Amino acid sequence: MPPSDCLQIDRARLDQLMPMHLVVAPCGSIRHMAPTIRRILGPPDPARTRIFDLFEIRRPREARCTGDLRRLAGVTLGLRLKERPGTTFKGLAVPVGPGARGDLLVNLGFGISAVDAVGHYRLTASDFAPTDATVELLYLAEANRAVLTESRNLNRRLQGAMIAAEEQAFTDTLTGLKNRRAMEHILTRLAGAEADFALMLVDLDFFKQVNDGFGHAAGDHVLQSVARTLISATRAQDAVVRAGGDEFVLIFPGLTDRERLARIAGRIIEGLEKPIAVERTTCRISASIGIVTTAGYGHPDPEAMLRDADAALYASKHAGRARFAFGGPDAAQTREAAGEERATHAGDNARADQAAPGRRA
Amino acid sequence: MHGLINRSIEAFLAETYGLEAWRAIVARAGIGVESFEPMLTYPPEVTERLLAGAAAHLDRSREQILEDLGTYLVSEPRMQAVRRLLRFGGESFVDFLHSLEELRDRARLAVPDLELPELELHPAAGMAYTLDIRFERPGFGPVLQGMLRAMADDYGALVMLDHLGAAGGCERLRIELLDAAFAEGRRFELCARAR
Repeated sequence: MPPSDCLQIDRARLDQLMPMHLVVAPCGSIRHMAPTIRRILGPPDPARTRIFDLFEIRRPREARCTGDLRRLAGVTLGLRLKERPGTTFKGLAVPVGPGARGDLLVNLGFGISAVDAVGHYRLTASDFAPTDATVELLYLAEANRAVLTESRNLNRRLQGAMIAAEEQAFTDTLTGLKNRRAMEHILTRLAGAEADFALMLVDLDFFKQVNDGFGHAAGDHVLQSVARTLISATRAQDAVVRAGGDEFVLIFPGLTDRERLARIAGRIIEGLEKPIAVERTTCRISASIGIVTTAGYGHPDPEAMLRDADAALYASKHAGRARFAFGGPDAAQTREAAGEERATHAGDNARADQAAPGRRA
Repeated sequence: MHGLINRSIEAFLAETYGLEAWRAIVARAGIGVESFEPMLTYPPEVTERLLAGAAAHLDRSREQILEDLGTYLVSEPRMQAVRRLLRFGGESFVDFLHSLEELRDRARLAVPDLELPELELHPAAGMAYTLDIRFERPGFGPVLQGMLRAMADDYGALVMLDHLGAAGGCERLRIELLDAAFAEGRRFELCARAR
């Protein structure tokens, strides 16, 4: 090598430039340790003076002796301390000094393991060259942690707020109808005011076939269509509630007239039986309805009314679906009447059976 | 203004003067926010109204409040993170002063949308420096003043700080280093002990 291409540098200056380097003799014994490496390795142990006593070379695997290291000059090395395998280094070995069998200079750095190593060996900024970005890496790790903690706190607060909002919500998100919570609220208010009102429990018929046959997306679409039908069959002051999967509750404040309620129920069944187009198919459903009014109850008792409406609903189902029935304390007399009425609005049983979902050409 | 800044003002006021005072300040400022989210951004008027509300309620000048805020950010144990991140700037107080020029970029590495002032350090005669502060809004120099005072304590340096006023959107601080090793200072380890 021409002299002009050779550098001469003081050992102390080299320590400043590269505080984590080693100079290794051809026999493998360590001739010199820069200050930061000295701090990490602690006081020299006369029994372990060679580089391979102190370090395990993990990469490349074939590096077993200094001769290998010399051949691998310029290749990135991966090392770890035998004493503490958690301390890992990246390194680069280059030959120094004259001749083919001179010393090797091995410069080391922590790479990504810096956070662990700096903490373990309690290193300070002065243990690193100012050009080494280790301190900046530590800064960033710490700053990131702080920011992440803040973000996590924010997420937790937002999540809490969302749950609270959902709990307080009165709306069913799929259909935009009122939900069970809203229903309880309304019923409590009506009962508290001793107001007259009617309850209608609407349970869809053949909805399960829609869900099973065409999937949940089709089912959702049908439910939205049902919601529109129910809204258009009721007055502005009435409440339309989606109480569960395919179960709806209609509340009619101030309305206890059975004839009017029967007409409304008929209109609802008729409306729900209209084919519903879903993508390229047509779904057909119907509904069974149970109705109660506050008349007949001494004090309006929402729980008992819902129970009685449910019993009436099941009577409708039992009687062949696609029909309505009145329930409540004076149900016996009205059930007959309602049963007779059924034929006038919902056709016969045969038609109800055909109302199963099916494709239309 | 970034929520982190508003949130620090909130923490400072609520902890120094109590929750009741904080609520009174918020009511007086009429900002409609009881507590700031540190990871959200708020319109700059919110901060201005908050500071005006605090000054009126506490009967202190905006400058005094901001200077105390700066001290609080560094010296309050609950704000450890700020002090530690600042200490990464350098081994000595002078190193730290020089690192202030990177403060904006350092902050952005951690919180990309956090706007901090642009700082420029100029050596003056003797062991003195001037620090030029440019920020989207004027009048935040006193925060730096309070922070520098507390950081000097942290490093164990004795300094004299003066706010030289503002001109052309730039505030200027004068920092005179009387003794770099006046006291022992607080320890700083690169890796925070497990908390």
